[in-house]
Amino acid sequence: MATVTLTVNGKSVTATVEPRTLLVQLLREHLGLTGTHVGCDTSQCGACVVHVDGVSAKSCTMLAVQAEGAKVTTIEGLATGDKLHPMQEAFRENHGLQCGFCTPGMVMSAVDFAQRHKNPTEQQIREWLEGNICRCTGYHNIVKAIKAGTEAMGRTA
Amino acid sequence: MSSTGIGAPVRRKEDARFLTGRGTYTDDINRPGQVHAFILRSPHAHAEIKGIDTAKAKAAPGVLTVYTGADMQVGGLPCGWLIHSKDGSPMAEPPHPVLAQGKVRHIGDPVAVVIAETRAEAKDAAELIAVDYNTLAAVVAAEDALKPGAPQLHEQAKGNLCYDWHLGDKAAVDAAFAKAAHVARIDIVNNRLVPNAMEPRAAIGEYDRATGEHTLYTTSQNPHVIRLLMGAFVLQLPEHKLRVVAPDVGGGFGSKIYHYAEEAIVTWASARVNRPIKWTAERGESFASDAQGRDHVTHAELALDKNGKFLALRVATIANLGGYLSTFSTAIPTYLYGTLLAGTYTTPAVYVEVKSAFTNTVPVDAYRGAGRPEACYVIERIVDTAAREMKIDPAELRRRNFIPKDAYPYQTPVALTYDSGDYFTTLDMALKAADYAGFEQRRQEAARRGKLRGIGIATYIEACGIAPSAVAGALGARAGLYETAELRVHPTGSVTVFTGTHSHGQGHETTFAQLVSERLGVPIEMVDVVHGDTNKIPFGMGTYGSRSLPVGGSALFKAIDKVVNKGKKIAAHLLETDEADIEFKDGKYSIAGTDKNVAFGQVAFAAYVPHNYPIEELEPGLDETSFYDPKNFTYPAGCHIAEIEIDRDTGIVSVERFTAADDFGRIVNPLIVEGQVHGGLAQGIGQALLENAVYDEDGQLVTGSFMDYCMPRADDLPAFDVATHTTLCTHNPLGVKGCGEAGAIGAPAAVMNAVVNALAPLGVTDMEMPATAERVWRAIAEKTMPRAAE
Repeated sequence: MATVTLTVNGKSVTATVEPRTLLVQLLREHLGLTGTHVGCDTSQCGACVVHVDGVSAKSCTMLAVQAEGAKVTTIEGLATGDKLHPMQEAFRENHGLQCGFCTPGMVMSAVDFAQRHKNPTEQQIREWLEGNICRCTGYHNIVKAIKAGTEAMGRTA
Repeated sequence: MSSTGIGAPVRRKEDARFLTGRGTYTDDINRPGQVHAFILRSPHAHAEIKGIDTAKAKAAPGVLTVYTGADMQVGGLPCGWLIHSKDGSPMAEPPHPVLAQGKVRHIGDPVAVVIAETRAEAKDAAELIAVDYNTLAAVVAAEDALKPGAPQLHEQAKGNLCYDWHLGDKAAVDAAFAKAAHVARIDIVNNRLVPNAMEPRAAIGEYDRATGEHTLYTTSQNPHVIRLLMGAFVLQLPEHKLRVVAPDVGGGFGSKIYHYAEEAIVTWASARVNRPIKWTAERGESFASDAQGRDHVTHAELALDKNGKFLALRVATIANLGGYLSTFSTAIPTYLYGTLLAGTYTTPAVYVEVKSAFTNTVPVDAYRGAGRPEACYVIERIVDTAAREMKIDPAELRRRNFIPKDAYPYQTPVALTYDSGDYFTTLDMALKAADYAGFEQRRQEAARRGKLRGIGIATYIEACGIAPSAVAGALGARAGLYETAELRVHPTGSVTVFTGTHSHGQGHETTFAQLVSERLGVPIEMVDVVHGDTNKIPFGMGTYGSRSLPVGGSALFKAIDKVVNKGKKIAAHLLETDEADIEFKDGKYSIAGTDKNVAFGQVAFAAYVPHNYPIEELEPGLDETSFYDPKNFTYPAGCHIAEIEIDRDTGIVSVERFTAADDFGRIVNPLIVEGQVHGGLAQGIGQALLENAVYDEDGQLVTGSFMDYCMPRADDLPAFDVATHTTLCTHNPLGVKGCGEAGAIGAPAAVMNAVVNALAPLGVTDMEMPATAERVWRAIAEKTMPRAAE
C-alpha cells in the first residue's frame, strides 16, 4: 500500500491506496467525489478530466501517487457555493448537456481551454475537444457554451 | 404562452446537479457492505465449454465466491416480440442463458462471475479461472450464416434462421414492375453500429433478509420492464419483493432498454452472498456485451413510370440478430422496418421480405431509430439512384411522389395509417435554408480548389410511440405499450409528477414540468418530476422510440385533466355555485362572467383539509393517475440536406453544411428539441462517415475500443442548421409526434447521397457506409488511376 497526500478542492487529504490505484479511483472510491466519471478504458473519452495544478488532465491516466503534493480541482470544486462558475452557467444557458455523463469532463476541459484562449474561433474549440467525447449533443451546443463561457470568464477575470 | 409553459425554451431543471457533479448514476451509488462482481467473458466467438475450474479463483485474496452456469440454473433472458414467418410458423426462439450453459456464441458471452471485496480482486481472480474451450468455426455475416454448411449456433434454429418474414402485396408489386418505364436497383449494407452511451452499463443487486426484498439499481431506460422480465421470466421473483431503480442514466440510445444478464446475476448472487454486489462495465465490455444496432444487407428495386412516378418498391433484406435474441431484437427488422418502406411517398405497392439470422456476434437490437433509419436509407438511396438514372432533379422527383397535403389520414400499402404531415413544406424549407439553388456555384468554386463537392437530400418519416397495445399484441408484442402518469398535488399546491417514462438525457424533468405549469398555472419551480424507481412510479413502459412525450406526456395530460375536473367540483362548493359555471384558467377557478374565484392552491388545500368540502359526493385529496394507450403511432417527418466536400488526394469527406427541417408536431421546449435533433444528426453522420463494428472471420470484434471504433468528435461535425414546421398529431391530446430519433434516421441517407453526388462526375455511383477516407480514396483511384487502387 502507498500513502498519498494532496489537496483536493482546497482541502488537504491523505489516503492509503494500492500503488496501482488511479487518480480517478482515489477521487471516486476513496474521497466520494463521484462527479468525475469513467467512460472508457483507453483514455479517449475525457469524462474523467480534472485539473491538476490548474491544468486539465485525464484522471484515469494518472496514478493516484503521481498526484502527491498536487492541487487537484474536480467538478465539485468549481462553483462558489450556489453560484455556478461562468462555464457551468454557459453550459446551462446553451443547453450544452443532455445525459450529463460527459459534462464534468467537458466543463473542466473547457475551463482550461478558456484560460488559454481569449477570443477563440469555433474551429479552435472543436479541435480542443478532440479528447472529450459526447454521444448526446452532437457538440453543437457544447461549442456554443464554451464560446459563451470563455467570453464570460474573460469578463470576470 | 407563459415563460415556462408549452413552447417556451425553458432552461433545464436537471442541469444544476449534472453541472456540479451531483448527478447520481448507478456507479456513483455505494451500498453498505458492498462487494464487487467481475464477469469472465468468452474470448471466443463460438466454442463448447468442456470444463471450468474455479478452484484457484475461489482461493484468491478477497474472493467470496465464483459462480458459473452450472450454479446459476435460472430462466433464460426472454425475447419480447414473437414474429411469425411467411408460412405462419413461429420464429426460432433458442434459449438465452444468463451464464453460458455448455457453449458460447459470441465474444463477450458471460461464462462466470467472481464476487470479491474489491473490484480489482475480482478481476485478478477471474484470470485464475481455467475454462477448457473446444473452439468451433464461427460465422459472422448474416448472409453467410444462412448458406448451407454454415456453422450452426442453436439446435432450435435450423440453418441459423430465426424467421423468414414478409409484408405487402407481392402480386401487385410484380404487376407494377411489369409495366414500369424504368427500374432502379441498389444493393446496400446498413453497417453495424455500437451505441456507446457514455455511461457504461452498471448494476447493483441488494437483498434485505429481514423483508425478503430485492433491490436492483441499474442503468436502464425502463425499470418496470426490467422488473417484469427479470422477476417473471428469469428469477421468479414476485413484483412486490423486487424493486428496480434506474437513477440518473448517462445516455441509452436503445442499448439500455434490454434486460441484460448482469442485472440478473447481481440480483441473484446478492441474496446468496448476503451482501450488496456492484458490477460496472469497462468500455471494452460495453463493446462486447451491449446490444448493437443495424446490420442489414438489402437488395431493393424501384419501379417508375416515364414521368418518374413511383409504381412499386420491392425489397429483400437479410438482418443479423447476433448470437442470441435480445429483448426486442426480432421486431426491429420487421414491424419497425418493413412498415416504413412507403416513406413519404404514394408508392401504391410495396413488398418486403426479411430473413433474420443468428451469427457469432454480439446480439443486435434497437439503436436510435431502430429499423426506421434502415428503411429510410433504402428508400432515399434508391430514389436518388432513380433520379440520377432518369436525369430528374432529386428534389423534384421527391416532390412528384410525396403524399399530398390533403390525403390524410393516408393508408400506406405496408399497414400504417399516417394521420398528418406536410412533406412539401419541410422540403422547401430545407432547400431554401441549404441554398440548394446556389449549390452549383459552390461546386464549381470547390472544384477550383481541387475539391469534389456534393449535396444530398433525404426525406424521412418515422413511426414513434408504438401503439395501440392491442395491435402490437396481435403482431406479436409480448407487452403493453401504454404509458402512465400520476399527478400528486400537495396540500399547499406544489406538484409531484410520477412518470413511467425515463429520462436519460431527454430532459423530462423540465418538459413534463412545463406541461403542468402551463395547464395548472403552477410556477415551474413548484413542479418536480420523479422517474426511474418502481417503488415510486406507477407501472410504465419507459423511454424508447421517441415515445415519452407522445405517450407519457399524453398520460400526464389526461391526469392533469382529472385533477382540473375534480378541482372544479371543489371550487364550485367553495364558491357556492354549480360546477357547470366554473372555468379554470391561469391557475384560478372562476365563476364564468364574474370576478369571483379561488386559486388552484386554495382548492388543493381544501382537498386535503376538507373542513369546507363536498365530502358526501367527493373523496378528499387531489392525486390522479392516468394510463394512456394511443390510438396510432405518431409520424414525425422531415427533410435533411447534407453538403460535403471530398479531398481528392486523401479521400477525406468533410461535412460542410447540414440542414434539417423537421415536423415533430407541437413543440413543448424548442431548446430541448433542437438538442435532440443535433444529437441524432451526429449519430447519423457518424454512421455514414465514421462508425463501423467490424468482426474478423473468427468473430473477434476488431473495433472493440474507442481506439478502433471511430466515435464522432467535435471536429468531425459542422454546426447544424435546424428548423421545424408543425402539423399536429391528430390523435393525441398534445398534438405531439416525438423528436428523439429523427436525426439518426435522415442523416445517413442525406450524407451518402451527397457523397455519391460528389463522386458521380467521376463515374462512381455507389459507396458503402461508412464512407471512410480509405473507401473514398479507393473509389476515386479506381476511376482515375486504376493501377494505384489495386
